[in-house]
Amino acid sequence: MAGMTPSGGDGSVFGGGGSNAEFKKGLNKIYTYYTGGFLLFVLALGIAEQMGLSRAAIGYVFLGATVLLYAGIGIMSRTNDAAEYYVAGRRVPAVYNGMATGSDWMSAASFIGMAGTLYLTGYGGLAFIMGWTGGYCLVALFLAPYLRKFGQFTIPDFLGARYDGNLPRFIGILATILVGFVYVVAQIYGVGLITTRLAGVPFEIGIFLGLGGILVCSFLGGMRAVTWTQVAQYIILIIAYMIPVVWLSVKQTGNPIPQLVYGYQLEKVTAKEAELIKDPKELEVRAIFKARADALGEKLKDVPAALAADKAAAEQKVADLKAANAPAPEIAAAEKALAAVPKDADAAKKLWTTQRTGATNRSNQLANMPRHAQQFAGNPDGDEKARTAFDTSRRNFLALVFCLMVGTAALPHILMRFYTTPSVKQARESVTWSLFFIFLLYFTAPALAVLVKYEVFSVLVGTPFDKLPAWIAAWTKVDPTLLSVVDINKDGIFQLAEMTIGGDIIVLATPEIGGLPYVISGMVAAGGLAAALSTADGLLLTIANALSHDLYYKMIDPNAPASRRVAISKALLVVVALAAAYVAAQKPADILFLVGAAFSFAAASFFPALTLGIFWKRANKAGACVGMVLGLGITMYYMIMTQPWLRGVFDITSPVQLWYGIAPIGAGVFGVPLGFAAIILVSLVTPAPRKDIQDLIDHVRYPTLRGDTMNTQTN
Amino acid sequence: MQLTESHKQYWSKNLRITAILLAIWFIVTFVVGFYARDLSFTFFGWPFSFWVGAQGSLVTYVLIIAYYAHYMNNLDKEYDCAEVEED
Repeated sequence: MAGMTPSGGDGSVFGGGGSNAEFKKGLNKIYTYYTGGFLLFVLALGIAEQMGLSRAAIGYVFLGATVLLYAGIGIMSRTNDAAEYYVAGRRVPAVYNGMATGSDWMSAASFIGMAGTLYLTGYGGLAFIMGWTGGYCLVALFLAPYLRKFGQFTIPDFLGARYDGNLPRFIGILATILVGFVYVVAQIYGVGLITTRLAGVPFEIGIFLGLGGILVCSFLGGMRAVTWTQVAQYIILIIAYMIPVVWLSVKQTGNPIPQLVYGYQLEKVTAKEAELIKDPKELEVRAIFKARADALGEKLKDVPAALAADKAAAEQKVADLKAANAPAPEIAAAEKALAAVPKDADAAKKLWTTQRTGATNRSNQLANMPRHAQQFAGNPDGDEKARTAFDTSRRNFLALVFCLMVGTAALPHILMRFYTTPSVKQARESVTWSLFFIFLLYFTAPALAVLVKYEVFSVLVGTPFDKLPAWIAAWTKVDPTLLSVVDINKDGIFQLAEMTIGGDIIVLATPEIGGLPYVISGMVAAGGLAAALSTADGLLLTIANALSHDLYYKMIDPNAPASRRVAISKALLVVVALAAAYVAAQKPADILFLVGAAFSFAAASFFPALTLGIFWKRANKAGACVGMVLGLGITMYYMIMTQPWLRGVFDITSPVQLWYGIAPIGAGVFGVPLGFAAIILVSLVTPAPRKDIQDLIDHVRYPTLRGDTMNTQTN
Repeated sequence: MQLTESHKQYWSKNLRITAILLAIWFIVTFVVGFYARDLSFTFFGWPFSFWVGAQGSLVTYVLIIAYYAHYMNNLDKEYDCAEVEED
């Protein structure tokens, strides 16, 4: 293993000469200065804003400064050494590995999307909160310490060694690439959205700007650079998340700890909900939407006739206006309306169906949001229909929690992080730190959702349209699909049913909702960028390593020198990043679904094989291969058959058949048990693993085993 | 290699604590989740099951993991399975 000795000190800050304790002390100093520096930077920008620095300039400064910072850390920790490149030299202290795992873990979906989902779905959104934290219990109890003892570079490494051969390794590689790629596309999409907001550049350019920041870092320094950048990104994202929530909490309740007091705000929201459901003005608006939905329903009964009538009416209006010598703007508007009439019956049917769904949703109470504190839809004591709705809703909630938890414990880019600690003991502690740092944000998100809802219900609703706060107009201008308000019943007063709001703007708009200066909005966007970049970094590295280390080195050319493997990994990193950016630039239909799918895929393919590999000596190669393929296979099959976007991609036209009413995002709930069952059954009918494999299992089970001569760790 | 009695004891203690902690994890997550509608008495303003989903379960998860790390690190020392660390 020439070239794989720990690099020791190579002069750079993060190279870390000297003992682990000294190294940690140095890190404490660096990151304390760094945090202070960041706060000073925000403060200075705040003062500059008061003195008249424009919003666009603040956006550019935040974008430029943070991306340069990450690139700087990447350059400082550049390396070509294999152990440094793949596992950061295995000297990352537990606390710092916890922070790095935290930001590796918390993606754009956690930072931007989650509070918005909670705002829109109430209790139902808690599935994400529980699922994305409870999964760490499984990581801690079943995987992290054992993988650390095994001590190689990747998850396919473990599958290859434990299940004796290249086939399990190869299936592992395929699953890693599938999961990682699906997930990284969603991250790069998030990066594109935020850079577009922050700097006002077109979406495609935003993607490639962000990509530059990701690549400089992981390209130069691999796991080492990614680890130290992720720690820096964690600090930014947690500060950015906390400040607006604390501010809102002080404003509403006078208490600076929102997590303690938002229960009482929730009570007020619940009371307000009951009022709004009966409010005559709300009912009036909802009745208008109901009428619109009914009208569209009529038109859908005979599309060609309705389309002809629409077209004739629009043409007639243009002709009438022209004949009456109406003012030019009126004629232009009528011509625009004529041009907007659907081209043919198919287009009309599609458009009207979407419009009818939209109108129907908006005719529901509370702008189609369930009551915030209500657990599950339907009613267990109601009629047949209400009971079914209740059961299905509860089953889906629990299935989603299950998939997210098991998926968390099977995402290769997270599990890989536990290879980087100095010891098994620190691997265990580092899971505690990881969850603690993740917990800080997840503990806050439900509070944020309730406080924003209280603000909307109690401040916005009932305000005259000309007195609405400025942030509403500002965000409507950014993207009307994310936020729009229209005075439907023309009473000049804002009703809840007159607003459509997308979950993705809740967090980004919170500073403005709370009346904070724009510099805080810039900071929140920079926090979202940090979350997306750090996750994308970790994912890209995992994919590139699966290809260069597992596929090329372990399977194609086992004699390749370390330097060539690292070089190949770097080249692949660029290729994968560009491919992911290309896919993200196509704006694939359903980003949230992609993220959910990645969890179900990971859960079904890796979790059974990894845990049985450690806890059941009898599990063998044949069982693992069949289990992984079947688990992943059934999950993919169910998603392709039931998810609308995938059905479109694969051109499936048969009617949707849900199993037990489970939504496609919870498909892993079928894959995981099938994976376990297949591994157990096939293993039992085929011969037990060899003696040296069984010794390997004992080897990973004990941090130190007297008399054990095996050494699996490569460093 | 052959495992000693002490090694077997270490592993069975590990399995026992894993099972106990997993049971707690399961109750907090899935049992409370299943009976969420029935557990909606008010708890400092929150309906109880809402509070468990938003805060109680998270705190429990952190404690489960912290306790496991603490317990196992001691078990390593007790059964002479701890690693030698530089610091």
